[in-house]
Amino acid sequence: MSTADTLQGFKRDGRVVIVGASLAGLRAAEALRDEGFTGKLTMIGDELGEPYDRPPLSKQVLTGWVPADGTTLPRRRDIDAEWLLGVPADGLDLANNHVRLADGRTIPFDRMLISTGVRARPWPVEAEAALDGVFVVRTREDAAGLQRAVAAGPSRVLIIGAGFTGSEIASICRERDIPVTVAELAPSPLVGGLGAMIGEIAADMQRAHGVDLRCGVKVTQLEGDAQGRVRRAHFSDGTAVDADVVVVALGGIRNTEWLRDSGLAVGVWGVACDAGCRAFDLNGLVTDDIFVAGDVARSPNPIYEYRFISLEHWANAVEQAEIAAHNMVSTQADRWPHLSIPTFWSIQFGVNIKSVGVPTYADEVVVTQGSVADHRFVAAYGYQGRVTAAVSFNNAKWLDHYRQLIETAAPFPPPCPTPDQPLDAKPVPVDFPGPTLLAQGATVVVTGHDPGERRVTAMRQRR
Amino acid sequence: MTTTETPDILPRILDYANRADPYPLYAELRKTPVALQEDGSYVISTYRELSGILHDPHLSSDVRNLAHPMPAMQERATPSFINLDPPEHDRLRRLAMRHFGPPHTPGLVTGMEPDLTAVVAGLIDDFAGKQRIDIVDDFAYPFPVTVICHLLGVPREDEPRFHVWVNAIIDSIDYNPKTDPQEKLDNGVQATKALRQYLGGLLEQRHGHPGDDLLTRLANDDGPDGRMTDAEIVSTANLLLIAGHETTVNLITNGMLTLLRRPEVLQRLRAEPGLVVPLVEELLRYEPPVHIIPWRAAYSDISVGDTVIPKGSKIMLMLASGSRDPDRFHDPDRFDPDRQDNQHLGFGSGIHLCFGGPMARLETQIALTALVRRLADPSLVTDPPPYRPSPVLRGPIHLLIDQN
Ligand SMILES: Cc1cc2nc3c(=O)[nH]c(=O)nc-3n(C[C@H](O)[C@H](O)[C@H](O)COP(=O)(O)OP(=O)(O)OC[C@H]3O[C@@H](n4cnc5c(N)ncnc54)[C@H](O)[C@@H]3O)c2cc1C
Repeated sequence: MSTADTLQGFKRDGRVVIVGASLAGLRAAEALRDEGFTGKLTMIGDELGEPYDRPPLSKQVLTGWVPADGTTLPRRRDIDAEWLLGVPADGLDLANNHVRLADGRTIPFDRMLISTGVRARPWPVEAEAALDGVFVVRTREDAAGLQRAVAAGPSRVLIIGAGFTGSEIASICRERDIPVTVAELAPSPLVGGLGAMIGEIAADMQRAHGVDLRCGVKVTQLEGDAQGRVRRAHFSDGTAVDADVVVVALGGIRNTEWLRDSGLAVGVWGVACDAGCRAFDLNGLVTDDIFVAGDVARSPNPIYEYRFISLEHWANAVEQAEIAAHNMVSTQADRWPHLSIPTFWSIQFGVNIKSVGVPTYADEVVVTQGSVADHRFVAAYGYQGRVTAAVSFNNAKWLDHYRQLIETAAPFPPPCPTPDQPLDAKPVPVDFPGPTLLAQGATVVVTGHDPGERRVTAMRQRR
Repeated sequence: MTTTETPDILPRILDYANRADPYPLYAELRKTPVALQEDGSYVISTYRELSGILHDPHLSSDVRNLAHPMPAMQERATPSFINLDPPEHDRLRRLAMRHFGPPHTPGLVTGMEPDLTAVVAGLIDDFAGKQRIDIVDDFAYPFPVTVICHLLGVPREDEPRFHVWVNAIIDSIDYNPKTDPQEKLDNGVQATKALRQYLGGLLEQRHGHPGDDLLTRLANDDGPDGRMTDAEIVSTANLLLIAGHETTVNLITNGMLTLLRRPEVLQRLRAEPGLVVPLVEELLRYEPPVHIIPWRAAYSDISVGDTVIPKGSKIMLMLASGSRDPDRFHDPDRFDPDRQDNQHLGFGSGIHLCFGGPMARLETQIALTALVRRLADPSLVTDPPPYRPSPVLRGPIHLLIDQN
């Protein structure tokens, strides 16, 4: 039988399993049906209920404007799937092509998609994390709990971590006039994603809105009362604040543990795959039947010198899901690469922040349009003389232009002035926090000597 | 991409003889996506290049950035935001938007639905007993004019006065020094002055008086960006009055003409009122009311594909041509209300995206739904109908129909 016949057979009555029933999983399922896949589709998810959207959780849900269970993702078409919800997958057997569920069932497949995303990084001290009033924000339950706590009018909210989620939550608390302390180990908010210059602007914005912002400090201890409610936090500089709500916003941990013994290329940055979303095995060889999409994926981007990039962006999850679905039902010659320029947005302190490209892939940044003082500007990022990203504050309509500059490797800094270019626009070093803040461990060791023998084996992650 | 001189196509498009069907000429024009003209200006006609340049911050809307400033524009004091660049454009548009749409006035447009429906019903009631109707004079013109007057707070009775001025202004937008008498330009300048004076007079009465119309709100309301000066309010009101006058008329009329030419679609709309939403989108692609952005200026050198348009050049954007580009739209010359992924250029794109778009959409949806529901077996009297002179704001000047 030819490959084309096999593929037709698979499209007609093959079996696809999607593990991770959320944004990427749902969109992949819809795209599979759009592409004419009529076989059996199984959706496995550890959360109960229909797939839902997360960006509103730190925005509209927290203000109470949208209820936590009102963020169900719209269905763009019927996907006619078998749903296995409320039970995590806890193993993948590549030799026999089946997924193991935590309740002991095994689910066979011809092709599968991994879209298990990330989970919130919890407060590292378990007893302190368990105190009443300590929250993370990743799921709708998390958001519903925090919404209630914020609506109750706490005397002070402490937010640990001034990334996007932490900053959005700080903004909403200030809108409601709740006293807020934000603690951040880096020198300013958002600095890990957008660099020092934007970080300083973000810091000014927070302070102008009355946030008690403390940078360059670590929270060392959360202290509870006799009833097990959080009351106070201690900082590395010896100070402390009283707070009755604490939000731990320390980023995510990729949900890959269940794949540890699968033989796939899995690490702290996710499951490595090629630009067509096909997973790599442990040795770095591409698999045929295992695909990856969304926050859990880590793929090489030709535009960024084929570096492997992991993104926690909504649009990336959607785009990868569609590429993965297409490639699952296509022959090698018809496969698509995932080449879209990443985009991300956030809303905080009345400012709509949007980015295109990968701002961390840069050595310099320059304000090209607008006014920093008015919080209405565009900044372009460059790496060795070419444009690699741009960020806008309340000025998103221009970003399509910058996307084009990135796609065409346009020179940095952009040479031609615009009517709204600031007079003093000069590139400055982008200045991201050093490796000490972003440390990671090794995932594998290499064994064997002859070329036919050399293999890598996974290293157990130390805690 | 190539840039060659295409000396004959543009003049033919502008020629009134081709007003009824400029689309084959657009197809010819698209063979040269960026076409250098004899006078040094550039005409852009393909979708990809148009949407690229509409998002390009080096494209200026301010005539003062043209190497050879245009005569028609020099006299205009305080330009309205359509003729300005950021940051002034952004500030004025934001100040106006505060009273017109989200986030501060989210319900304004949808809240007008009952009023719009009532105006439409009244106009159609007047058709009773008439066998022959002019869709333009009897319906498509009075409807949006009534609406914009109400919204702005301009007395509807004054319409005959400012109608003359608006016509003269529209005429002067198409001014061509080669073929037009200077008089046309002078009339436009005079009319602009008169209209501004008239609006200034209305504005004076509004200061310190509470009220719900846009003039009053702009005159009295302070937001975080401060308040518009009187001159700015007048130029904004001037813009909205003209735009509210001329474009929706064409959209409704073009819509009715399109439906009358396709009785099966007209029947379908009658049976399926929900179809009107995608149908109006398709109309904005297929027979848009604004065909051309007649000029923009290159603030710096602008790269479009392989072409570099030099700083100071005049640029003409053929929006209606871009919306019929076969490289972007499947079977573009087919009117297909079920079309997917219909990102047309009917309202432009980028920061100057039509301010009144949501309102024009709603007006047209209500108008077409009511017309097909209540006109019994309408038929077109002349096809093609006579057109207005303008190649920029293109539409029939009369659309005669018989109802049986
Ligand atoms: C509060 C918040 C705000 C955000 N705001 C923005 C924003 O403004 N802009 C933006 O671009 N992005 C934003 N994001 C990021 C965006 O939500 C993610 O990029 C997107 O959800 C990724 O989708 P996904 O399907 O890859 O993963 P997820 O949404 O994480 O879904 C993965 C699913 O898999 C399930 N799962 C995990 N392990 C297993 C297992 N072993 N078995 C079965 N199921 C499993 C998980 O429980 C989850 O339901 C935000 C995220 C959060 C949390």
